[in-house]
Amino acid sequence: MSKSVGKSVTRVDAYEKATGRAKYMDDLCDRGALVVKILHSTIAHGYVKSIDTTAAEAIPGVVRILTCFDVPDIPFPTAGHPWSTDPGHQDVADRLLLNRHVRYYGDDVAVVIAENEVIAAQAVRALKVEYEELPFVLDVQKAMEDDAPQLHEKYANNILKHTDIRRGNYEEARKEPGLICVEGWYDTPTVQHCHIENHGCYAYEDSGRVVVVSSTQIPHIVRRVVGQALGIPWGKVRVIKPYIGGGFGNKQDALYEPLCAWCSTQVGGRLVKLECSREETFVSNRVRHAIRTHIISYVRPDGTLVARKFEAFSNQGAYASHGHGVVAKGMGAFPQLYPCDNLECDCWSVFTNRPAAGAMRGYGIPQAMFAGEAHIDDICQAIGMDPLSFRRKNLMPVGYVDGFSKNELYHDSFNQCINKGMEILGYEEKLKEYQNQTGPIRRGVGLAVFWYNTAVWPISLESSSCRMVLNQDGSLQFQTGETEIGQGCDTAYSQMVADAVGVPLKDVHVVSSQDTDITPFGLGAYASRQTYIGSFAIAQTAAALRERILRIAHDQTRMPVSNLDLVDGQIVRKSDGRVLKSLGDLAMECLYSLEASEHITAETTAQIKTNAYSFGCSLAEVEVDIPMCKVKLLNIVNVHDCGRLINPALAEAQVHGGMSMGIGYGLSEELKFDEKTGKPLNNNLLDYKLSTFVDHPTLEAAFVENAEPTAPFGTKSLGEPPACSPAPAIRNAILQATGVAIDTCPITPHVLYREFKKAGLIEE
Amino acid sequence: MAMQQYQTVRFKLNGRDVERTVDVRASLTDMLRNDYRMTSVKKGCEVGECGACTVIIDGEAFNSCIYLAVWAEGKSITTLEGLLGPNGELSDIQQAFVEEAAIQCGFCTPGFILTAWEILESGKEYTDEQLRKLLSGHLCRCTGYENILRAVKKTMYRRLGKEV
Amino acid sequence: MYDMKALYQAKDVADAVSLRLQHPEAHIIAGGSDVLVQMREGKRAGVELISIYGLDELRGVTMEDDGTIRIGSLTSFSHITKDPIIQQYINVLGEAVDQVGGPQIRNIGTIGGNTCNGVTSADSASTLHAWDAIVELTGPNGVRRLPIHEFYIKAGKVDIREGEIQTGILVKKEDYIDTYGHYIKYAMRNAMDIATLGTSVNVRLSADKKTVERARIAFGVAGPVPLRARTAEALAAGKPVSMELAEAFAKAVKEDINPRDSWRAAKDFRMHIAVESAKRAFIESVKLAGGEL
Repeated sequence: MSKSVGKSVTRVDAYEKATGRAKYMDDLCDRGALVVKILHSTIAHGYVKSIDTTAAEAIPGVVRILTCFDVPDIPFPTAGHPWSTDPGHQDVADRLLLNRHVRYYGDDVAVVIAENEVIAAQAVRALKVEYEELPFVLDVQKAMEDDAPQLHEKYANNILKHTDIRRGNYEEARKEPGLICVEGWYDTPTVQHCHIENHGCYAYEDSGRVVVVSSTQIPHIVRRVVGQALGIPWGKVRVIKPYIGGGFGNKQDALYEPLCAWCSTQVGGRLVKLECSREETFVSNRVRHAIRTHIISYVRPDGTLVARKFEAFSNQGAYASHGHGVVAKGMGAFPQLYPCDNLECDCWSVFTNRPAAGAMRGYGIPQAMFAGEAHIDDICQAIGMDPLSFRRKNLMPVGYVDGFSKNELYHDSFNQCINKGMEILGYEEKLKEYQNQTGPIRRGVGLAVFWYNTAVWPISLESSSCRMVLNQDGSLQFQTGETEIGQGCDTAYSQMVADAVGVPLKDVHVVSSQDTDITPFGLGAYASRQTYIGSFAIAQTAAALRERILRIAHDQTRMPVSNLDLVDGQIVRKSDGRVLKSLGDLAMECLYSLEASEHITAETTAQIKTNAYSFGCSLAEVEVDIPMCKVKLLNIVNVHDCGRLINPALAEAQVHGGMSMGIGYGLSEELKFDEKTGKPLNNNLLDYKLSTFVDHPTLEAAFVENAEPTAPFGTKSLGEPPACSPAPAIRNAILQATGVAIDTCPITPHVLYREFKKAGLIEE
Repeated sequence: MAMQQYQTVRFKLNGRDVERTVDVRASLTDMLRNDYRMTSVKKGCEVGECGACTVIIDGEAFNSCIYLAVWAEGKSITTLEGLLGPNGELSDIQQAFVEEAAIQCGFCTPGFILTAWEILESGKEYTDEQLRKLLSGHLCRCTGYENILRAVKKTMYRRLGKEV
Repeated sequence: MYDMKALYQAKDVADAVSLRLQHPEAHIIAGGSDVLVQMREGKRAGVELISIYGLDELRGVTMEDDGTIRIGSLTSFSHITKDPIIQQYINVLGEAVDQVGGPQIRNIGTIGGNTCNGVTSADSASTLHAWDAIVELTGPNGVRRLPIHEFYIKAGKVDIREGEIQTGILVKKEDYIDTYGHYIKYAMRNAMDIATLGTSVNVRLSADKKTVERARIAFGVAGPVPLRARTAEALAAGKPVSMELAEAFAKAVKEDINPRDSWRAAKDFRMHIAVESAKRAFIESVKLAGGEL
């Protein structure tokens, strides 16, 4: 029975946020905090020879200056992955709190702790650093060359990791006579998350432990990393997560929490605050991996895929962070999305002197979908087949099971999503209308699909805990180890809890703030796992709480448990439906019972050993102004099968945000670097072209609801999928409009100018 | 370092006369957040590019991060705290943000609501295109702006006594 | 908090002039949307500021007795756009400054600040050049006026002398009467952006609307400072209105402009966009003037 799940109830935090009362990190920090400012390297690669702190120390109000020569020599990992007790599966520990060997322009060299931000900034400017400069490399394939500058000792040719997939016999299969070979190289850019709240944290010591309040997606993981980085027992660390102003994966790393915590310990445990500026957020947090993908497909004239080669070169930047998982996930999608018997797939994660790339909404799939879905349309151009028929023929068939994850395509999700999207966009009519255009202004429509997993099993641990505490009035608090960062999981969870326990939604109170001293263990917001993974822990804990409640109800009513139910906050006798008492009366009587007082609570941990495919598509309609080298997106539709919707309004809203991010990825966003110095050129919100209110049309989000059989509420991933397919859909629409196949995103006017000139559409 | 300079700034904050002596180097964001604890005024870039710190000064929306605190002298300033009714009632535009699921992480929300409030106070009817332009000084990464537009439109039509 | 050494707040123009003389090293701050940003970046950290933001006497648009339109230097972009005099006579200026940044920036940003920072991409600057605006400066020796193209010395440097502040921008009747203009801001997004190229054209047609009496065109970001394309202007003067003229006018701008290569855009790309923008802005201006192409 479901009363709340499936309804568009109001967000649980809507009032707090609509009134500005929701407290974020800096809103909570005492105004007396000391301020930490970081000195970042002004070279892309080299060694810090010395730092002259004399002038900086002379500035009144400077409390402490700490440099790369002062930090503990304890390399630590930062990725927001579950820890593994198997050393072979642990994240690469390549970070120090501050670095003598600086590996990108913006690396962390020293900190000033001062009485206020102005003094701190003045002191940072007054530090004199002497560097020994080394050659640097920004390009991923150049970094793999034998004579390239080496970033990390243990990684020859800067290769952090290489993995492959082999199926059948590519070399033999491609010899079949009559095959058409289609080859392409596809480039995707370095982009940044641009959550509106920058990352920041504050730290202080309390009773011999260090407390860090941070804008993070992963409080429990940050606790572990702070412990590792400082070389202190993890129990000596407490991490608190208040309201978070967005994360999108950037805050799925331990960012500056370890450094901030350490700074506090270096000034006697005083309260210190480290807030990233927007400029620092762009460069010295994490970025999305720029990936260059090479695809070769051998196709029969009827559109049958015979043999395929896939190579992806992932620009890891200076540090391992999330490492190889990102490009490996993208490669993993390749054989699954369009199954083919003969495959050679390879991918490399390669260190370069760019900012460290980490997790970002989509985790390798936006890159893979841009390359893969662009390539599908390139195949269609080459063999003269329409992109829709090709996809219908070749996409993962119903009943497909992935051997590794055991994920299964249970329903005809692709066709259902595509059909729905076509109807909304008027795809077929427009496709016909836009054939064979001439003139300076042309229109086109394009389609792209995506593939996505949910959560990280079986690659890593999936575990989530939940605690429920019943109040005297029959209402309850619950906590999970998962993290509200704006995506709405607290609301979705509240709905699940209401239904799973059998109480009205108004009697469910979520504890949104996380505190590792109090909140049960969970891994945090990533991998679009929240609703899926959290639902297991909620269902299991609700069952435990119900069992306890019904046992007490039996004690109080003398009815057998088998004849009792908890419905809408009432203890009901099943045989005749009579309400025996309210949950509030039960709880009150139980808690204050002079014979058998009990505080009714439940807490369980669910380990999840399943995963679920999530699917969908984007359809875009563009107008291309050829002489002006501009693309106007006229319409865009995303259709998702993410299982059953827990809260349709919030699901739709989340899709809008992902689409917007996907549109920026396709058309405008790119973090650029000076080739001569490695310096970032546009690390601010003016020069980095994040979409504004006037940069896209109405965003259409639609759903196909096929219940996911593995999950308690039939739901699966939605957080990241919306950002995966808009860019290739736009690219393919430009192809239809102009006949020009563009193999790089973002498709900016600069790119269009170059490509239109090449195609002879504009004069030299 | 030069001698520090302080100045007493008198102004109207959310309808109330206030005064405080502040460091002349303070931005209006600094003064509102630190001296008056108006924490709805958010810092997203501190250089006028994101709009999270927006407040209304004498009826017009400004980025408080690039506005000197001392310039507030004699002005009337409204922050999001000022839109709330005496018993915590949401104003119409706040209510619409709630109803239209226009809020996700909530960090851009206060600024957006204040600009929307300025737009609505004009009493004019705008097209979607005009509304988009009037709201374009705020960045949001969660919503794609879609539901924010819906919320502003809905309130505009309600105030004009029309159907959406 | 901003890292400023001292803040001097002018009470009126005379006070501003005297503060300028007392503190010659101090930077002038009008709305602050450039100065404060640069101070935050560290570029202007530690400097003294003279704030003229409080000089309400420098706000507003008026028409003088001889028909000259006077825009007070501290008039904000949004107030210029909304001003009835601007809307009636130099609408294109209101449209151009309505494309600066976003709404909040247009409420704080002033036309004086926009021109005094000497930046070629300023959205007001190309239109002011195209309308032969005059810059008024007030200093210890009184008022000095000069054509805007002389005001710009080089990138980031304008002709403001010791003790002076800019107090107004003037457009003479002969420069705006019967003249219609169009501005095209070419940028990478539709709000919150700086121009990759700014193109401002205005035309005056003969009484029968068949002939171009006068055409003017100025660009931003086609050189280190905003500049006029006089070859194109000369070519169009006295010619019959036609699409061919629009094409020829547009091609002729290449004679006068000199955009540079930068990471923001390549020279050849800017050149290409300049020609296309010139054509479109010319056509639009002619249409606004009542001409048919």
